[in-house]
Amino acid sequence: MKLELRGISKAFPGVVANDGIDLVVQPGEIHALLGENGAGKSTLMNVLYGLYQPDAGEILVDDVQVTFGDPGDAIAAGIGMVHQHFMLIPVFTVTENVMLGSESVKGPIGVLDIQDARGRIVELSERHRLRVDPDAMIEDLPVGVRQRVEIIKTLYRKSSVLVLDEPTAVLTPQEIEDLFEVMRSLKAGGTSIIFITHKLNEVLAVADRITVLRRGKVVGTTTPGESDEADLARMMVGRPVQLDVTKAPSKPGEPVLEVVGLTVQDDRGQAAVRNLDVTVHAGEILAVAGVQGNGQTELVEAVTGLRPLSSGEIKIAGQPIKADPRRIFEAGVGHVPEDRLEEGLVPGFTIADNMVLNTYYLKPYANGVSLQRDAIMATARRLREEYDVRTPSVDNEASTLSGGNQQKVIVAREFSRPLKLLVAAQPTRGLDVGSIEYIHRRIVEKRDEGAAVLLVSTELEEVLSLGDRIAVMFQGTIVDILEPAEATPERLGLLMGGSHPEEMVADEVTAAAAESRRA
Amino acid sequence: MGRVTAAAAALSPARRGGLTRERILGVVYLALAAVIVFVFTGVEAGDSSAFGLNLGRGGLQLPDVVVPSAPTAYLLALIAASLGAMQLIRGFGTRWAVVLGVVVVAFVLAFLTWASAGGSINFAGLLQSTLQRSVPITFGALSGILCERAGVVNVAIEGMLLTGAFVSAVVASATDNSWLGVIGAVLAGGLLAALLAVLAIRYLVDQIIAGIVLNILAVGLTSFLATRVLTPNPDLNSPERFGEVQIPVLTEIPLLGPIVLENNVFIYMMFAAIAILSFMLFRTRWGLRVRSVGEHPKAADTVGIDVYWVRYRNVILGGMMAGLGGAYFTLGSTGSFEQEMTAGRGFIGLAAMIFGGWAPVGSFLAALVFGFADALQSRLSILNIPVASQFLQMAPYIVTIVVVAGLVGRVRAPAADGRPYRKG
Amino acid sequence: MTGTPTAPVPHADAMGVGDPAPTPPAGGQSAIEAWVRGVPRALVVPALALLTALAIGAIIIIVSDRDFVTQMGSNPAAALGAGLAKVRDAYIGLIGGSIGSPRAISETLLQATPLILTGLAVAVGFRAGLFNIGAEGQLYAGAASSIFVGFALVGVPAFIHLPLAVLAGIAGGAFWGFIPGFLKARTGAHEVIVTIMLNYVAYRFIDWLLNQPFFQREGRTDQISRFVEPSAELPRLIEGFRTHWGIFLALAAAAFVSWLLFRSTKGFEFRAVGLNPSAARYAGMSIGGTLILAMMVSGGLAGLAGASEMLGSNKTLTPGFSPGWGFDAIALALLGGARPLGVVFAALLFGALRAGATPMQVSTGIPIDLVVVIQALVIMFIAAPALVRGLYRIRVERRIGSEVFTKGWGA
Repeated sequence: MKLELRGISKAFPGVVANDGIDLVVQPGEIHALLGENGAGKSTLMNVLYGLYQPDAGEILVDDVQVTFGDPGDAIAAGIGMVHQHFMLIPVFTVTENVMLGSESVKGPIGVLDIQDARGRIVELSERHRLRVDPDAMIEDLPVGVRQRVEIIKTLYRKSSVLVLDEPTAVLTPQEIEDLFEVMRSLKAGGTSIIFITHKLNEVLAVADRITVLRRGKVVGTTTPGESDEADLARMMVGRPVQLDVTKAPSKPGEPVLEVVGLTVQDDRGQAAVRNLDVTVHAGEILAVAGVQGNGQTELVEAVTGLRPLSSGEIKIAGQPIKADPRRIFEAGVGHVPEDRLEEGLVPGFTIADNMVLNTYYLKPYANGVSLQRDAIMATARRLREEYDVRTPSVDNEASTLSGGNQQKVIVAREFSRPLKLLVAAQPTRGLDVGSIEYIHRRIVEKRDEGAAVLLVSTELEEVLSLGDRIAVMFQGTIVDILEPAEATPERLGLLMGGSHPEEMVADEVTAAAAESRRA
Repeated sequence: MGRVTAAAAALSPARRGGLTRERILGVVYLALAAVIVFVFTGVEAGDSSAFGLNLGRGGLQLPDVVVPSAPTAYLLALIAASLGAMQLIRGFGTRWAVVLGVVVVAFVLAFLTWASAGGSINFAGLLQSTLQRSVPITFGALSGILCERAGVVNVAIEGMLLTGAFVSAVVASATDNSWLGVIGAVLAGGLLAALLAVLAIRYLVDQIIAGIVLNILAVGLTSFLATRVLTPNPDLNSPERFGEVQIPVLTEIPLLGPIVLENNVFIYMMFAAIAILSFMLFRTRWGLRVRSVGEHPKAADTVGIDVYWVRYRNVILGGMMAGLGGAYFTLGSTGSFEQEMTAGRGFIGLAAMIFGGWAPVGSFLAALVFGFADALQSRLSILNIPVASQFLQMAPYIVTIVVVAGLVGRVRAPAADGRPYRKG
Repeated sequence: MTGTPTAPVPHADAMGVGDPAPTPPAGGQSAIEAWVRGVPRALVVPALALLTALAIGAIIIIVSDRDFVTQMGSNPAAALGAGLAKVRDAYIGLIGGSIGSPRAISETLLQATPLILTGLAVAVGFRAGLFNIGAEGQLYAGAASSIFVGFALVGVPAFIHLPLAVLAGIAGGAFWGFIPGFLKARTGAHEVIVTIMLNYVAYRFIDWLLNQPFFQREGRTDQISRFVEPSAELPRLIEGFRTHWGIFLALAAAAFVSWLLFRSTKGFEFRAVGLNPSAARYAGMSIGGTLILAMMVSGGLAGLAGASEMLGSNKTLTPGFSPGWGFDAIALALLGGARPLGVVFAALLFGALRAGATPMQVSTGIPIDLVVVIQALVIMFIAAPALVRGLYRIRVERRIGSEVFTKGWGA
């Protein structure tokens, strides 16, 4: 079907998320919706899916105006959505998740007919080569499989327009290729796909047409033939973008962080980090790349004292550490956590209180048990200036800040102390380009001051531009550590997906030999 | 319940080291065995304990089970000790709950043997009392399940029970029809629940606060009206209780027959409620949708399920269930309304729900445990035990604390339990 | 799942580098809001809540009167007139009994003293994210321990005996608060169920104590304890009036809690753990230790309430001496926005209601439970400011950190 969004506007208190957006998706085309974080892509799709009502504008299906009061209407019209954060219920099976809302039932009271649903799922899974086990429980499935379940959910409801919201954030490059294959095969079958992303190379690889959003407005529509990465980047951000951080080569000094034989369990009792060794020296940035869910989170938690070690040893500046965040902090470790709202800030506290969140008990902020408000305020004001935190007052609650400014508060807090080791996990997730550039600069500054930096990131560009050495984590171990020169995206992609390029060559040689023997 | 415990059991106690739950359980079993040996064997040599198995009415009469007191206690201690030793050495994996049950049963039997040494105890009466006392707790738990499976925490069950008790007494007295009293109680419970639903879902009041507030309101209103209206008009507080209904033929089953099947209508309604709710929750579309709302409301919303409607509906149904349970206090048990007569049963029902893994059958079994503690303490005040009655009265509450403290992390609540849903 | 946090201000990232924090939108005003401009905003919702509750209370008074019901059929106007007259008498009695005379004011202060303390107890708990429903049990524990020290020591000078007895009360309450705190810290057991159960345990324990020879008054077989020694009594403020030094203890406690929550490192930890335990852990705070300390402070405050009642008012322990102060405390903490000053004012209000309730019952025959109902209604409206706002169409800010604490039953 042909889908058109005409003049869609949607505002929230204080923000205009969508401003008069026009979008046309032809039948059987892959249409990319490109924009940086916060450009309004997800809002637009939520309007399309009936989760929000637009303040102005229309939706037209095959040139007929429709209204979607809730997702049920959108589903009925043939629109299927795979959200960025999966809408799957962990304790239900694949079958239960897929059929939820469109259940097959027997009899007047609605007894579930699991067999019928199962059969249809198996059939869909085979037809589109999306392998899933209908009886598996979602919480036992890896992320890539969960995404397949989400796609099957939409196919189960016979969608003719499939919306994929940032689907590649959780995939290895090889899995991304598989996903593109699935997309192309669906397109061949007549399904239109709206592919939302902020990654330029993906857009050029798979899209038929590209619409670029910036600050809630459409900046332009183009095709891969007519533009390249630089053009798209400029359209996305509005100015030429420095895609790489310029930094001087590193001068590594003494080892600061030494991890030997580390094994750490995740919340479910499985080993998330297995027998891992790594060393980070003063004055260098070790960037750890890897797809989310391969143990990076648990590694960071172990190093910062938030998770106990099952075995192995971690030494910071030569001293072995225990799972005591305060001790580790006092040893000169700064931690920019992965989830700024969950861990890094207390949103209900003032900005000033957040600035001293881990130093409140030390002089001059406290005299014994008594807090010294003046000292806290003075420091908070100074840091606000120094780190360019945009807020009218440090007495406002931290929840009033934008994401970028919240991250700056965390950075201000952690960076304003002398650090031996900086642990930064996904430090620029969800931020706009300006904030990203700022934080990258600060991290390099810290390195140049002599700190050892452990950077964990799922964004390959960040890893490549900041890392003095690049490690790749896969299933709880470090599979390799590369110099920047050797770290091509292809090589990194293979490592992130678990294959060793040397092994691959060896496999090919063996396969070729077997071929020639058969001939 | 098996999924979480499977993961936890994958690492046996020996490998994990230190003070784990498994180790504590093992030590507890051994300690219980020690108590049996050092306390419960303190009887006159040659004493025997008689367990009466009849309810004192017609029909098949079973002979008393008479056991020698001390040897029986030693035997039960042996069982507990060996299970304790096995727990420490190997652990029991997914069967830990069964073993816990066995040890508890052994301990209780030893206690009863000691208590009735040289005399007798009406065991059948004890069991029947257990069943009866578990009725309001079960209804409370079922009410909690209806609400919490949809993601709404309901601590106002206590208030709904109380309101149900009050309304049923008054309506039944005024209309001289006990069934109308039941209906009145159901409606009253539903009304109170509707208030909770509005506060929690529409006005985003914290669910526990809203529940506590409603409890205070219920206690205040019923006490006020009891003094102002019932005391001057005692004819409004003398409803007719339901009599017993015997199921023919099946009551001939020895021991269980009379206990289970010669009860008033509330017991049968309870069994029906357990069966129906269990089926609906786990085998029908209705139940799948309810559970999805309680686990992941956003996911349910995106497939077109109306989260708000499901929550409103379930909370009101929960209130009706609690109202029904409240009617038991007056129309099934004592007959007239007294201020604050529910004495915490609503909260014990919540504990039973947690203990039972948010499932109807499990909650009923848990309610039996609490009911047993309750029944025991009222009987033991008759026997001569060197333990003051007030401490026995504490038993149900202490059991509740132990259960709640011991089970966190073992059982999993619906994932979105207690969190209000904000659309968009 | 990638775990990207959803920012509370949606898509503010779109504003990027250049913009300041978004300001709350200006909007239309209702007539009431315009009129009320001068009054401090924080009072508007509580005041309206009180008025609404009184109005509903009036309806209950009218409707629960048998004469009204029977007369409604024949002569509605007269029935309504009589009903309204009853309401007028009731509320006059209420007001007169609470602030109408020096004696009334003394009664109000007397009733407010335990309310201030238990209200503070629950408020401290809220700040740390804990629902302390056990203030009643902690109150009893404190009462028992303080009265024991009060009558067990004989011949000790007052300046030692009295503080010792007071401290004993605090310690008793702190212990009773320690138990749920410890269980929550070590096992994750939800404090709502544990504290409620401990209330019942406390009642039974008091029952038992009052039957023991060492506790029971000589020569009596009913449940009443020995008298406090004069050296442990809290002195009266003014001769002839019942108010005693407990009120100063209560106000001092309020000042202490204010300092604790907002000017001490421990209070910083309480609030951090209450608002965001993950961030508190990240910042190096000990969650378990903080929870235990918070529950002990909370219990101690409630225990002090018990001590104040024993040593100042009753001088002897009986079961059921508390008309539910521990539960009113929940309402007070909510009304006061978990701030000490707010709690004090709320407690004075509730104290006034209670003080006036008995004269009201004496003069009009309306049971004092009506006051409980009014209180419950006030709480309900306070807990749902949106409800009041919806009724009167106002927009008023409410700050208690995050409004929603509940996260289910697990750790």
